Amino acid sequence: MKRFLDSFRIMLGGEPRRPGKDDFTPEARELHAYKRRPEVAKKRIAMIREEQENPVLVIKWRVRRWISIIIINLLFVVSFWYDVQLIEGALTASRVVGFHMADVNAALQVVLAYKVLVLNLLIGIVTVTIMWWIVGGRSFCAWCCPYHLLAEFAEELHLWLAKKGLVKDHPLHRGTRSVLYVIFVLLALVTGYTVFETISPVGILSRALIYGAGVSLLWVAVLLLIEIFYTRRFWCRYICPIGLTYGFVGKTSPVVVQYNLNHCLHEGKCIDVCLVPHVIDMTRKGRADDVIINVSADCTRCGRCVEECPTGALTFKIRGTGGLL
Amino acid sequence: MKKLSKRQRDQRRTLLLSFLAGGAAVGASLLGYVPVLRDFAHRLRPPGALKEKLFLSSCIKCGQCVQVCPVEAIVLADMSDGFGMGVPYIDARKQACDFACDTPQCILACPTGALSHDINKKEEVRMGVARLVRPDACLARQGKGFKGLARGADFPGLHRYMDVDRWSPIKIADYPYDLESCDLCVRECPIKDAISMQPMSDDPDDKRRTPVVHDPCVGCGMCEMICPVEPTCITMEHNEPGMQGERI
Repeated sequence: MKRFLDSFRIMLGGEPRRPGKDDFTPEARELHAYKRRPEVAKKRIAMIREEQENPVLVIKWRVRRWISIIIINLLFVVSFWYDVQLIEGALTASRVVGFHMADVNAALQVVLAYKVLVLNLLIGIVTVTIMWWIVGGRSFCAWCCPYHLLAEFAEELHLWLAKKGLVKDHPLHRGTRSVLYVIFVLLALVTGYTVFETISPVGILSRALIYGAGVSLLWVAVLLLIEIFYTRRFWCRYICPIGLTYGFVGKTSPVVVQYNLNHCLHEGKCIDVCLVPHVIDMTRKGRADDVIINVSADCTRCGRCVEECPTGALTFKIRGTGGLL
Repeated sequence: MKKLSKRQRDQRRTLLLSFLAGGAAVGASLLGYVPVLRDFAHRLRPPGALKEKLFLSSCIKCGQCVQVCPVEAIVLADMSDGFGMGVPYIDARKQACDFACDTPQCILACPTGALSHDINKKEEVRMGVARLVRPDACLARQGKGFKGLARGADFPGLHRYMDVDRWSPIKIADYPYDLESCDLCVRECPIKDAISMQPMSDDPDDKRRTPVVHDPCVGCGMCEMICPVEPTCITMEHNEPGMQGERI
């Protein structure tokens, strides 16, 4: 329960805390003590060095995700242009082979602004909530959102420029997103307009792909420029309420990334690549209060850490299958 | 004044930046108010649309109505419409709703009820109402006929002609007319008794007629699209007080 609440606290903007002395399980305490032994530490450093000398590039999960994002969005486009009626609509709301689906955040804006919830929309919300709950909540971001794909390339560009010393990341406080979430909820309620939809690059991109480009794409370009030159992953990390909505949805998902303290060398490669590094704070040396920990709430299940980890300390798992899957 | 450590200064800068960025995001989204309040975009909405304010709130901006429209009359607004971005409208002069669906497909497709599901018969729809805005240019009022293509050979607009194929639309450019007295707006009106031609004098030899719009008009815009005069003599008045379910 404590970890459950802590996971929400961190998602909403709180800093991960160093576990107290009594928070460690006996196994974890023993393992940390073992890792602190000089000969073990020396061996660990030697292993890190060796691995840095022979870097292996793994893009397995990235490729799978990119294919997923492209196929899902292409299905919308193809369904319309070739009239196959597989997925009608856009990412905000659609009908998949006749069955209603609605983006939870877009639907929330509509319900708050309109103050009426019709049955079709309710069906759409419930279906989508269950669907994304199963595969991990924010997996919407990493596996479906078209803006995420663009932002990933913008991020690569940002990191490349940063390495050359041309740009610097200007992080914001992560609580910004939580405050904005409340503001956009209140704005929809008070003004009676779906205010957030006006700046949502997800809706804009999805509609642009399906119905044709418009001026609104300039807004998406502005966001990408900010991400390239000023703040790394500006939108996804600090602004987007859609991510927070699905973060809540995915808290108890069966599909999780699992951390295993046994295998971890604590070199921090996962933290360097993670969109939401606060969720894998336990990979820092001495921070894990248990040997096996499920990465929680805010994780997008993007698999970057899984790819990056050379020792398999972070892996995809399906909860409740006893490690069979 | 107490000197701040570097860490504290960094924290302050981060907080300040967060305020600015958050403020900018909210500010940008609220810019959507400008076109709405100033009524920049005076749009003809699809059949069944709720009153403008409620329509903007209830529409989830998915475009399912766009996808099902048999004559491709519905388009989604761009960012210049502010809060109306992604909300469907019809540019009747380019492509009107030909109102030939048994039940308007767009209404059936709408997942949020922005296109009201409370409509029992399609004749209850009120998108707007037709108005003769340039009476002096009207061919009928000059006693003139019309021969040829209503909107020229390049016009891409579609219409489901009852005498061609009730179910599949064809291009207006593929349907030439030869009328002794122009009555296109009346001839192509999909609604019974919505518009008629009235003589302009008691003289039986006076060929001049004037189109008169009656109560049943749903405001679909078919007459606006078919009017052969450029610019059109007849347009849709819409977004007036009382849209769906009320008389204008």
